[in-house]
Amino acid sequence: MSDNAHSEGHVHSAKPYIRIYCILLVLLVISIVGPMMGGLTVMLVTAFGVAVVKALMVAAYFMHLNVEKKYIWYLLAMAAIFLAVMFFGVAPDVMNKDGVNWKRLDHSAPSSSTAPAHH
Amino acid sequence: MTSSSTHADMAHAADSHAHHAPQSFWSKYIFSVDHKIIGLQYTLTGIFMAVVGVYMSYVFRMHLADPTAHIPFYGVLSPAAYNSLVTNHGTIMIFWVAMPILLAGLGNYCIPLMIGCDDMVFPRVNRLSFQIFFLSTVLLLVGFMAPGGAFGGAWTSYPPLSAKVEYNLTPHGNVIWLLAVALEIVAFLLGGINFVTTAMNSRAKGMKMFDMPVLVWMIVIATIIFMMSVGPLVAGAVMLLLDQTLGTHFFAAQGGDPVLWQHLFWFFGHPEVYVLLLPELGVVCEIICVFSRKPLFGYKTIVYTTFMVGILSMIVWAHHQFIAGIDPRMASIFSLTTIIISIPVAVIMFAMIATLFKGSIEFKAPMLWSIGLIVEFLLGGVTGIYLGSSALDVYFHDTYFVVAHFHYTLIPLVAFGGFAIFTYYFPKVTGKMLDERLGQIHFWGSAIAFNFIFIPLFFSGLAGEHRRIYDYSGFAELATPQMQSLRTMATHALLVMLAFQIPFVINVIKSLLKGAPAGANPWKANTLEWTADSPPPHGNWAELPEVHRGPYEYSVPGREQDYWPQNAPN
Amino acid sequence: MSAFQVPIATNRCATGIPTGRLAIWWVLASEIVIFGGLVACYLLFRFRHPEWAAEAEHTKLAAGAINTFVLLTSSLFVVLAHVAASNKDTVNARKYLIWTILGGLIFLCVKAYEYTSEISHGYTITRSVFWAFYYTATALHGLHVIGGMTIMGLLLPDVAKGKNLQRVEYIGIYWHFVDVVWLFLFPLFYIASAAS
Repeated sequence: MSDNAHSEGHVHSAKPYIRIYCILLVLLVISIVGPMMGGLTVMLVTAFGVAVVKALMVAAYFMHLNVEKKYIWYLLAMAAIFLAVMFFGVAPDVMNKDGVNWKRLDHSAPSSSTAPAHH
Repeated sequence: MTSSSTHADMAHAADSHAHHAPQSFWSKYIFSVDHKIIGLQYTLTGIFMAVVGVYMSYVFRMHLADPTAHIPFYGVLSPAAYNSLVTNHGTIMIFWVAMPILLAGLGNYCIPLMIGCDDMVFPRVNRLSFQIFFLSTVLLLVGFMAPGGAFGGAWTSYPPLSAKVEYNLTPHGNVIWLLAVALEIVAFLLGGINFVTTAMNSRAKGMKMFDMPVLVWMIVIATIIFMMSVGPLVAGAVMLLLDQTLGTHFFAAQGGDPVLWQHLFWFFGHPEVYVLLLPELGVVCEIICVFSRKPLFGYKTIVYTTFMVGILSMIVWAHHQFIAGIDPRMASIFSLTTIIISIPVAVIMFAMIATLFKGSIEFKAPMLWSIGLIVEFLLGGVTGIYLGSSALDVYFHDTYFVVAHFHYTLIPLVAFGGFAIFTYYFPKVTGKMLDERLGQIHFWGSAIAFNFIFIPLFFSGLAGEHRRIYDYSGFAELATPQMQSLRTMATHALLVMLAFQIPFVINVIKSLLKGAPAGANPWKANTLEWTADSPPPHGNWAELPEVHRGPYEYSVPGREQDYWPQNAPN
Repeated sequence: MSAFQVPIATNRCATGIPTGRLAIWWVLASEIVIFGGLVACYLLFRFRHPEWAAEAEHTKLAAGAINTFVLLTSSLFVVLAHVAASNKDTVNARKYLIWTILGGLIFLCVKAYEYTSEISHGYTITRSVFWAFYYTATALHGLHVIGGMTIMGLLLPDVAKGKNLQRVEYIGIYWHFVDVVWLFLFPLFYIASAAS
């Protein structure tokens, strides 16, 4: 229960957090206005690129990963990497509409609960 | 930080008598926060469920030996009941026997004792973890009383069979089954966070990372694999639950994708095999060193190899889906990784065998079970190479060859490993020695009978016998007398194996009543749990131990004794 | 039942990270794969179905943006609560925690408004797999918001007494994570639509 050691000696100031918060709000505006400009690349960069930046800023400054032991980064990165492994392992089967010598049949219209059609 | 925490240690040691205030039965055994009691609660629940699961296998094996017979202690088995018994046998043996005994029970009991602290870091979270687990156990068993019966769509619960009541015909059983499994996962996540944090933060004074016994390493790595692989399945379970209850189409062919569930399930399901394997290998490492009086061969190699196993175990999952219509290019990648993972496992096995080399080996019961585990698991592993190759798997998939293969891996792990743990730690937990002669009878009888259950199934699988079939009379080439004799042989061997559990039960009862007192260190082992009293009191030690050396200093030249406890100053 | 006594193990600190904070990071690592698993499944389907962009038009961009703003602001409050707690300023710590809880409440109210209007326009969970993902992901996130608010509520009496102040930091880390999850759900379900 003695983990406030880093605060002993000096008073923990709120100012840096408010500065980060202001930057986050600016990024939020960019992520909303950007995609309205149109264009896929603009949308990807402003919506998802900015989301990544925002997430990293929250992690680094609000969650204090910038002053935390390095291996917490590794721990979180490990989770993210395993997730990426899962994504790319599943993608060839679930993501594609067609591939070499196969094509997914169209079932997009949800059918009623009558006997299922076999293909 | 260190100075302040040692200060806290001393302050606690001063008033440690407060720990030993007399407690009522309820607070001591039922709502205890003590890691040892919680470990025992997990283990005993697991043993109870093992009896339930074995009973199920007894019923359906009796049915397969003689489909028309009236089965003693059961009656006549209906096709729907056959399906639900097969399903729940698998579910129980993995989630309610292997996990609680090998990971939760063993980890809870051993981690604090082996790293020299008084409890888990979050005792109340630990208690909550067991309570959730217990709730999930009750829920699973309640499924058998639900209208329509218990879920019968196999332990893998593939949609659309599991998602649609029109197909599985168990309107309540499928939801109850899914909820029980989800609760059980939550329980182990809570426990797992406790395990990892305890091992990382609470080691005894002087104990460095590489002074931890291999068992602790293995449990921690197994826990991390579990935590990293189970997440997508939790998400998948929520999606399947919505498919079942609200009628969404996540896993339906209309708009969704049934193969996605298979991926989510096996992304967890395959690492799970290694979650069960690693703690066992850890126990075997400990036992082999103690009973051959030799240092572990290649401690660091084993630890690094275990990391490798952990990483590789996350990228082999799709070998369960070779005939599910997955991309053939991925199938060849997963074949390759599956075959590669046998290398680190073999390295660990060879390190164990090298430990035995020129040791003074004593074949006490724990040692027999450990050696038995290595030998029998080898057969399971080698047949896995056949199945891992995607071309062969097209033929073998869903036959009894697969059944025999994974029982050859899981029974050595869960039964042999479980009995190794039981016989090794029984003196520590109860303070009484087990009878050695009954232990030997139990081992040889069970081990030989075990082979006669599953070797016939390899052959019937090779002959094309499909699993999960209630009645083979409709399949001309499977209903022959030759095939039937293989089935009957397996059932007879199962009955023999069950009969050989009687000496074990007698042994336990006899030893509990009038076994020889064990003393603190009956096996003359080095690790810290053997320096505490048997059974250890609440708080484990009057004064927490300090560590001076690694865990495997056996037969050090120039010393009078052939062991050197980790906490001995000299 | 005898009073619970914190074991010595809890106060040991071999890694240099306090036990509670280390555990929170492990919780988050396992949460990453849970939410990540769901989002990964959504992404796989989203790439397969470009036509879902039209469905995403019917989510309410303005409400989502307001909620992002609300969560970011509550994140600021909870970090300010941590600052106050580490300065042993229990009055401000308690105040900022209450503001954080209020932020969570506003978030849930906006969410409730969204759900109501979507469902009343026929965009229910069974309409298509897009909406199934939308409701599953946002509801799972909403449950985490409720969980965080509940824990903060339970912490308030202790914080006022100056007990266990380190917990303010731990719940803060969790709350930021819930915020980060939303930062990804927002573009996934609201921004990436045919209108943009």
